[in-house]
Amino acid sequence: MSITIERPARPDRAFRPASTRRARMRARWEGTSPYVYIAPFFVIFAIFGLLPLLYNFVISLFDWNPIGEQTFIGFDNFTRLFADPRFWNATVNTLGIFVLSTVPQLLLALGLAHLLNHARLKAANFFRMSMLVPYITSVAATTIVFAQLFDRDYGMLNWLLSFIGIDPIAWVDDRFGSWVVVSTMVAWRWFGYNTLLYLAALQAIPRDMYEAAEVDGAGAWHQFRFLTIPSLRPVIIFTVITSTIGGLQIFTEPLLLNPAAPLTCGSSRQCQTLVLFLYEQGFGQYAFGYGAAIGVVLFLIIVVIAGFNFLISTRVRGGRS
Amino acid sequence: MTTAAPNREEEVLETAEAMTVSPESPRRRRSPLGRVRWWVYALLSLAVVLCAFPLYWMLVVATAGNAAAHQIPPQLIPGDQGARIAELVFTTVPFIQSLGNSIIVATSVGVGTAVLCSLAGYAFAKIEFRGRNVLFIIVVLTMTVPMQLAIIPQYMVISAIDWVDTLQALIVPGLANAFGIFWMRQHISSTISDELIQAAKLDGAGTWQIFWRIVFPVVRPAAFVLGLLNFVSTWNDFLWPFIVLKSPELFTVQLAIRQLQNSRAIDLGLAMAGSFLATLPLLIVFFFVGRRLVGGIMDGAFKG
Repeated sequence: MSITIERPARPDRAFRPASTRRARMRARWEGTSPYVYIAPFFVIFAIFGLLPLLYNFVISLFDWNPIGEQTFIGFDNFTRLFADPRFWNATVNTLGIFVLSTVPQLLLALGLAHLLNHARLKAANFFRMSMLVPYITSVAATTIVFAQLFDRDYGMLNWLLSFIGIDPIAWVDDRFGSWVVVSTMVAWRWFGYNTLLYLAALQAIPRDMYEAAEVDGAGAWHQFRFLTIPSLRPVIIFTVITSTIGGLQIFTEPLLLNPAAPLTCGSSRQCQTLVLFLYEQGFGQYAFGYGAAIGVVLFLIIVVIAGFNFLISTRVRGGRS
Repeated sequence: MTTAAPNREEEVLETAEAMTVSPESPRRRRSPLGRVRWWVYALLSLAVVLCAFPLYWMLVVATAGNAAAHQIPPQLIPGDQGARIAELVFTTVPFIQSLGNSIIVATSVGVGTAVLCSLAGYAFAKIEFRGRNVLFIIVVLTMTVPMQLAIIPQYMVISAIDWVDTLQALIVPGLANAFGIFWMRQHISSTISDELIQAAKLDGAGTWQIFWRIVFPVVRPAAFVLGLLNFVSTWNDFLWPFIVLKSPELFTVQLAIRQLQNSRAIDLGLAMAGSFLATLPLLIVFFFVGRRLVGGIMDGAFKG
């Protein structure tokens, strides 16, 4: 992603209306107007974004009960958190679900974008639009459908697996199984969107570069490896980072997956993610301070992983270097 | 490329052949230039089935009832219980009201962001003012901050201004959209020339008139797609309404689905019917403007 900040031409000063009071007021308005145009964003963001973000750090240093007392306790919430097996459980769940949902999803998107990029593909618009159907389906609806499809006794997946001799799997009750269910829902929702992003980048590659490569004798694989992948690098970095930020904040899918124990995503916390853990502590137990501390740690995890991803993605290079 | 094949001449011939569109060419062509092989269609069709099947399955269970979700082999065609189950949805929860709430919230955020982001994008693209570059960089940086992690203090802010259990608590925070500003700025800088703005200025037009008479009419398609994207994501948002709303008559459809799921945990037909009815308005909108949405996403800021 390249951000170019270009300067517009200087305002024309040759034209000046008569220096009446109205004209002066108008000139003053013209000078302040750009600030007025961008003000809504900054005001709203300051109140509902920045302030809470900073305040979150403050709360995390308190034993904070919203309907009771607030006591400053320093870093006690954090020491408690790092000794809490529920926190480590939620961390492992979050990372596992993140990897399981992101990696196959982006690979699938890359492959599909490659297929969709055929110049003579018929019904191209139909295929593209279909890819976006999961994106417009709400998470709540998606979760209910997939929970049924993965049901142990009556789910279609186990029924299909029975034909190749696999015994019914208790997906939702099993730890890894529940990760697969949640990851499938996330990947299903987003792969089409990412496919379109990749496709857009693919179409920006001039066709004659492929022609030149072919004249040079490069086969399909070499074209993919040395022409397609390097051209896609910016968009790959973008999707990896957005998938990281989104993938580590998964909440609704695990909440709705197991209606019997929603806040823990099942009796053994098998798929409780960090944001769900945060919600459980903050709004289930009214431990605002402890919940805020989870938020701070998750924030740091996201920053570290996003930075790490960025470093790795920038190394995904190819071409003639 | 170092793979200069020995049969290079043949390759050149093949390329020429591919370029002159000979449909009966039996050669294997897997590059974007060649003729599309059958298995490309097969794989893409499989992907379409993958995308559509969960929605279809929702419809099957919603019309066939709970029993359809509890039988092996599964029933694969819609049943005739649709009207009965839909009625049950409307009597179990205030679903019509929830639809209304979702429409109010999602439309407000969609229209609001389309206008506000265009205005801010215009200021960043076409007006020179002190601090412009720094402020724009701040906007871009806010895109990378994961906001959901501060839900506890966000709730406290909403509570401090007495907005808990109100719809504006869902609308107003959604109006600050950094991505939208970035996006509209790119569109405005690439579609509107500085000369045009200069000419309007010489005619005595101020920044406000220039925006409404020149800039907005030109970038309206992009603003429309941006509004649509925000409409969809607001419609489908779950966490924030879940935290902020308390009374069922203010619930959005997403919260209504959860209520249906909980009120009769065993009756999947009801939950699926609610899910389908909550998705249907978006499907209808998508049917009409889906092409523009696809085009908008692909037209985004990321082209190589």
